[in-house]
Amino acid sequence: MEIIVCIKQVPESTEVKINPQTKTLVRESVKGIINPFDMYAIEEALRLKEKLGGKVTALSMGPPQAEESLREAISLGVDEAILLSDKSFAGADTLATAYTLAQAIKRISQFDLIICGKQTMDGDTAQVGPSLAEKLGIPHVAYVRKINEVKTDSIILEQMVEEGYRRIKMSLPGLITVVKEINEPRLPSLRGKMRAKSVEILIWGVNDFNIEKEKVGLEGSPTQVIKIFAPQRRKKGEILQGDIDSQVEQLVNKLKESRVI
Amino acid sequence: MNYFLTEEQEMIKNLARKITDEKVIPIRQELDEKEEFPWEVLKVLSQSDLMGLFIPPEYGGFGFGCFEMCLVIEELSRGCGGVAVTFAANALGAYPIFLFGNEEQKKKYLPDVARGKKICAFGLTEAEAGSDAAAIRTSAIKQGNEYILNGTKQWITNGGEADIYTVIALTDKSKGIRGASAFILEKGMDGFSFGKKEKKMGIRCSATRELVFEDCRVPQENLIGREGMGFLIAMKTLDMTRPGIGAQSVGIAQGAFEEALKYSRERKQFGQSISSFQAIQHMLADMATQIEAARALVYAVARFIDSGAKEFSRESAMAKLFASDIAMNVTTNAVQIMGGYGYMRDYPVEKMMRDAKITQIYEGTNQIQRNIIALSLIKEASSWR
Repeated sequence: MEIIVCIKQVPESTEVKINPQTKTLVRESVKGIINPFDMYAIEEALRLKEKLGGKVTALSMGPPQAEESLREAISLGVDEAILLSDKSFAGADTLATAYTLAQAIKRISQFDLIICGKQTMDGDTAQVGPSLAEKLGIPHVAYVRKINEVKTDSIILEQMVEEGYRRIKMSLPGLITVVKEINEPRLPSLRGKMRAKSVEILIWGVNDFNIEKEKVGLEGSPTQVIKIFAPQRRKKGEILQGDIDSQVEQLVNKLKESRVI
Repeated sequence: MNYFLTEEQEMIKNLARKITDEKVIPIRQELDEKEEFPWEVLKVLSQSDLMGLFIPPEYGGFGFGCFEMCLVIEELSRGCGGVAVTFAANALGAYPIFLFGNEEQKKKYLPDVARGKKICAFGLTEAEAGSDAAAIRTSAIKQGNEYILNGTKQWITNGGEADIYTVIALTDKSKGIRGASAFILEKGMDGFSFGKKEKKMGIRCSATRELVFEDCRVPQENLIGREGMGFLIAMKTLDMTRPGIGAQSVGIAQGAFEEALKYSRERKQFGQSISSFQAIQHMLADMATQIEAARALVYAVARFIDSGAKEFSRESAMAKLFASDIAMNVTTNAVQIMGGYGYMRDYPVEKMMRDAKITQIYEGTNQIQRNIIALSLIKEASSWR
């Protein structure tokens, strides 16, 4: 089974800074880690490979230092790693990111399954996975908590929903995003770490695969982060007591008092 | 202090540290209280390739030496001495095969050990043969193509949990220690059973158990080396692994020291942190100095062994002796600095103090280590003239 895992390097510190000009996150100078949700994606890919054979490729888009995260993925057992890195990719929103990843995956061409973490810790949108599937024209299931069965042309999954789960059959090739309930990520191995030290990480820039330059980076991003802030805590509500009739009466009075009705 | 580790050694140390921080420290208290064998940690160590560290590449390992083993044992011990000894005793059980076994034996047993699929143990001690290891009574009488083993081994680390056992037994009682031989036994052999599991003061997650042989038939191809080599094999194996106990001691001491240092900065008495009192400062300074001295000695001896030294009983004994005495001293003082809190089981230092005590006792008591060192000195002096 050929599996592609999409990972992102995110800042370890929770103190994220925003560049006032571009309104995007400042990633340089902060220590980077693999987005925690992507660790579950890597683990699931490795487990599938151990069970079914095949190859796991890790794909990431980011500044040159994101190579560290790809090396870490190699140390866990990933076979190959590709970094999409180019100045013109910088400042991408979820749409431009999904487009860039999709074009890179088209160049890789061979794959049965793409696995992403459900969302990143810094952006928190949970959009890139599903958008990527749309760009590639393949099915996707988000919030997967378990893979039940893998066949040659389909996969049976459990998708987390608010109260419980749905069992879904998805045809392959396809994409899933995974939640933390799916597994417990492993620690690196010595063999993996040794390999990670010397292995070549492929770095693809804007000229290495087929892309339209106006669709990537800041230029290709219709959305911009203007401000990130913690919402103000709302005042505590009031719970009305008594039987239904008296509660309704109290509620009507209160709404009248505050001139809502 | 910078010990100028190679990039690979740094990698091994960091990996062991990560495993200790993420997989050992969170569960050490529970393992200790329940006296539960650390299978979960062994699984992680296998998956991380550390079980095969000392096994040569041709048998699926990495071919690292005593020094790299010490780095891992030290890091694990910083978290839990019981987990560390489980890891170290596996190597102790496998070393006789690796050092003295023939090609077939190595091919048969070492790849599974390297992958962590099988765990090893070493059986020498008996009820009446502790420091006086030459007093063992377990017998191995040759009958046709087999040896028939009878006797009981005591206090065997990894006993009952391990799959492969290297056992020292007498093939010729009339020759004393020159009549001892080493055998490879496997769990499940007829006539091989396990006696009682010991309840210990410290290193409580490690398994310590009797091995019982009742007319246990062992194929002759399981003899390691030749008949009569058993005692030599045991002593050479222990020379190899003693620095590991030194490393365990350094790790336990380091763990306790870190707890005490952290606590001394947080704990306030008389309106200030207790770390501002000179009485505490001097204790901390002594502890750190002792640990560094012990570490430097253990590392130096391990590197000496790995350099290809032929005779290193004295140095190996020194590393174990010095570091384990330091571990007892440092952990006792860590409890002292933390006072009543240190004595409570809610804090980890009382466990570290319990764990430290065994390092002065097993793999040869520190009194026996002094004998080894003194005999070596006197032997050397006899050639001076």
